[in-house]
Amino acid sequence: MASAVEIKGIEKKYPGVVANHNVTLTVQKGHIHAIIGENGAGKSTLMKILYGMVRPDSGTISIDGKDVVLKSPHDSIALGVGMVHQHFMLADNATVLENVILGSEPVSFGGVIQHTAARDKLIEITEKYGLDIDPDQNVAELSVGERQRVEISKVLFRGAQILILDEPTAVLVPQEVDELFSNLKDLTAHGLTIIFISHKLDEVLAIADAITVMRTGTTVASVDPKSATKKQLAELMVGRELPKRREVSTQPSNKKVLEIENASYSAPDGREILHEISLAIHAGEIVGLAGVEGNGQSELIELIMGLVKTSGGTVSILDEDIAEMSSRKIRDSGVGYIPQDRQRDALLMSAPLWENRILGHQSTQPMSNGLWINKGNAQKDSERLVKEFDVRTPSINVMAGALSGGNQQKFIVGRELSGDPHLLIAAQPTRGVDVGAQALIWNYLIEARVAGMAILLISADLDELFNLSDRLAVISGGRIVAILDPEKTTSEELGLAMTGEKIA
Amino acid sequence: MKLSKVFWGIVAPLAAIATSLLLVSGILLLKGNPPYETLKTMIDYGFTPRNIVAELNIASSYYIAGVAAAIGFKMLLFNIGIDGQYRMAVFFAAVVGGAVTLPPILHVTLIIIVGAVVGGLWGSIAGYLKVKRGISEVISNIMLNVIAGGLVAFLLQPGRLGEQADGSNNLNTPILATSGWMPTIKFLDGEIHSFLIVSVFIGIGYWVLLNKSVFGFNLRSTGMSFRAARAGGVNAPRMIFVTMALSGAIAGLTGMGTLLSETHSYSISFPSGYALTGLALALLGRNHPVGIAFAAFFWAFLDRSAGVLDLNGVPREIITIMQGTIVLSIVVAYELIKRINQKQEQRLVGNAGIEQISVPKAESEKNA
Repeated sequence: MASAVEIKGIEKKYPGVVANHNVTLTVQKGHIHAIIGENGAGKSTLMKILYGMVRPDSGTISIDGKDVVLKSPHDSIALGVGMVHQHFMLADNATVLENVILGSEPVSFGGVIQHTAARDKLIEITEKYGLDIDPDQNVAELSVGERQRVEISKVLFRGAQILILDEPTAVLVPQEVDELFSNLKDLTAHGLTIIFISHKLDEVLAIADAITVMRTGTTVASVDPKSATKKQLAELMVGRELPKRREVSTQPSNKKVLEIENASYSAPDGREILHEISLAIHAGEIVGLAGVEGNGQSELIELIMGLVKTSGGTVSILDEDIAEMSSRKIRDSGVGYIPQDRQRDALLMSAPLWENRILGHQSTQPMSNGLWINKGNAQKDSERLVKEFDVRTPSINVMAGALSGGNQQKFIVGRELSGDPHLLIAAQPTRGVDVGAQALIWNYLIEARVAGMAILLISADLDELFNLSDRLAVISGGRIVAILDPEKTTSEELGLAMTGEKIA
Repeated sequence: MKLSKVFWGIVAPLAAIATSLLLVSGILLLKGNPPYETLKTMIDYGFTPRNIVAELNIASSYYIAGVAAAIGFKMLLFNIGIDGQYRMAVFFAAVVGGAVTLPPILHVTLIIIVGAVVGGLWGSIAGYLKVKRGISEVISNIMLNVIAGGLVAFLLQPGRLGEQADGSNNLNTPILATSGWMPTIKFLDGEIHSFLIVSVFIGIGYWVLLNKSVFGFNLRSTGMSFRAARAGGVNAPRMIFVTMALSGAIAGLTGMGTLLSETHSYSISFPSGYALTGLALALLGRNHPVGIAFAAFFWAFLDRSAGVLDLNGVPREIITIMQGTIVLSIVVAYELIKRINQKQEQRLVGNAGIEQISVPKAESEKNA
């Protein structure tokens, strides 16, 4: 049987990061093919390449046995590849039919939309594949599961034979997941091919005909779901090697720097994102927060930084409740913050480095007297950071955006460690940086810990978590589901805990 | 790097002016007018002493509108509401100023403060709508301009806050008591509004506030990256609101020179169109107080010298064409420079990476 998709040797580099490296993937026709991997493993980049949204630097793609060059999603759609995005792209105030035909309206001579023909075609599709939707209903009235079926119908309406589903179950409740799976089985029974991106091992084992595992930008294994176990998949996802524990002699003190008690947070739309989180971090302690991305880590950080307010429970820093404190005050009281998205959240890309040194410290000495910026101090201290943190830059006057990712990150870490904060929130502090920079950043974090800083380390890199943490807190579905001792935990166990499984 | 910035800051506008001159010359040739002579007539006329004074007075208003626009630009706000803010401000300043008599300096100060406050309040409506309701400040400001125009016209009716002089169809607010007048300064062949000095201080204040103060840092940070500013502890939504209000307050001072030193009352013949002029000047002057000053004078010069064209049988609209093409080419030129600079800088940084900062400090500074 011919393979529906064959990908060989795909390379894709973004400035400073390798997103895909030597990726090889073969998808059989009529299969549900799961692609699993941690966040940042390169799954999304690969799918964007296959859908024509991103062009690879090198490598070949063939669809139905023919080599193809995909310049845009148009090309992919023409070749029968369709994508259902994780976030739906539907117009709320239009009907299902209008949404489905939007952009590929069948028109008669003179440009009149043939509604009846379109409607008939849509009904034919939905009946054939058992997709239960009403063409005339307003999308605004639909449930999440129904919306997803609209998205799938939309792709089928355009004649897709190969469907890419990007984490389709992330937004669904369990019953809807079952419905989706039976829809997917129907689709493959009719000869369609489905590529299914996920990091939920249960689901993958339940539905996939074939599994490809990705790690750090490359495909590391093809697995037969009939014989694979969850444990094996977790191992493959996080890497086989057991991370080494570093040697640190000092013990954390008893002084609680950060104390979170039963803190909950609900998004503006009412969804509860964090549920009664309790966690304390002591002076001289690094607590690693492990979890699959999107399980409430970002919201927890925003809560601690005062960027959002709790809907219940308390967060205190050095015994002071931060409920009434502005983000400015929290920072000024001695909290450093390394955001996970450095280019968006940590840097003024079009401002010189020395101005970036001020950001976050603009209202306290030595960067200002509260009213006026102290340019001299900012420049002097920027020079210090460049030297101490080995930031490769010709001068402190270049725009932050001109630096490579690793050098930007070293500068940010240096900045946030400046002024000896009591608490440091370090989110993905070494994401996308090279090994040398990583070692340097790790050393500085350990030094700060020994000097008595309390550090909350949020990371998708299990090596990093094992290497640095005194304790590991596992977050899943907005709850702290486990507190583990890194000395007595294997990465497999941690991986399973992260995906919401009980440790076997 | 500093030096090259200044260099490009001067070369780019000159190039833009040259481009538009070429275009205008082409149009003149097509119309059968000699370009060189026409332009020379314009320049001769524009630089007569009498006109230089008039241009300085116009430029003073333009300059304030330009600074108001620039402070908005620093926050990525497109304050097209300068017209409405200015109109509300100068009207209410004239009304309040006309209703009281105070010691001279106090009276003038009161009028200026009323102008700034009213302009700021009017501007803050758009700021509020943007921050709380997510409405683009462009849309709301355009609406607010229309509302301001209507409101002022309504209030200016005789029997409300305005009056009509006998034998005239001009409506105006009561004339200010002389204690509310600002003196003029004799210069060349005319009289310069002393409010010009205030404009200069507005320019200096704008620069100091933006570049030296924590407030200015927060403002610029929010403009450069909302998210980074927020993560850096800046109350970013509030900064947007405050900036919109501040831009409005400055816009509120736009017509003060005319009111305090020339007309001494608000009337329906007060000029309009300050919003677009202000935005154009901020673009041309690259949001820099000195750049905007040159741009403002240049604009006033073009406006004024256009007067001689009609006499020579040349349509004065070519000045509008010229202004338009200058703005267009300057936007293109600045974008080009930005890209070139970015490339250069990245190359420089790339070298630093390879050479492991082995380049001596002084050397790398020089290269930059």
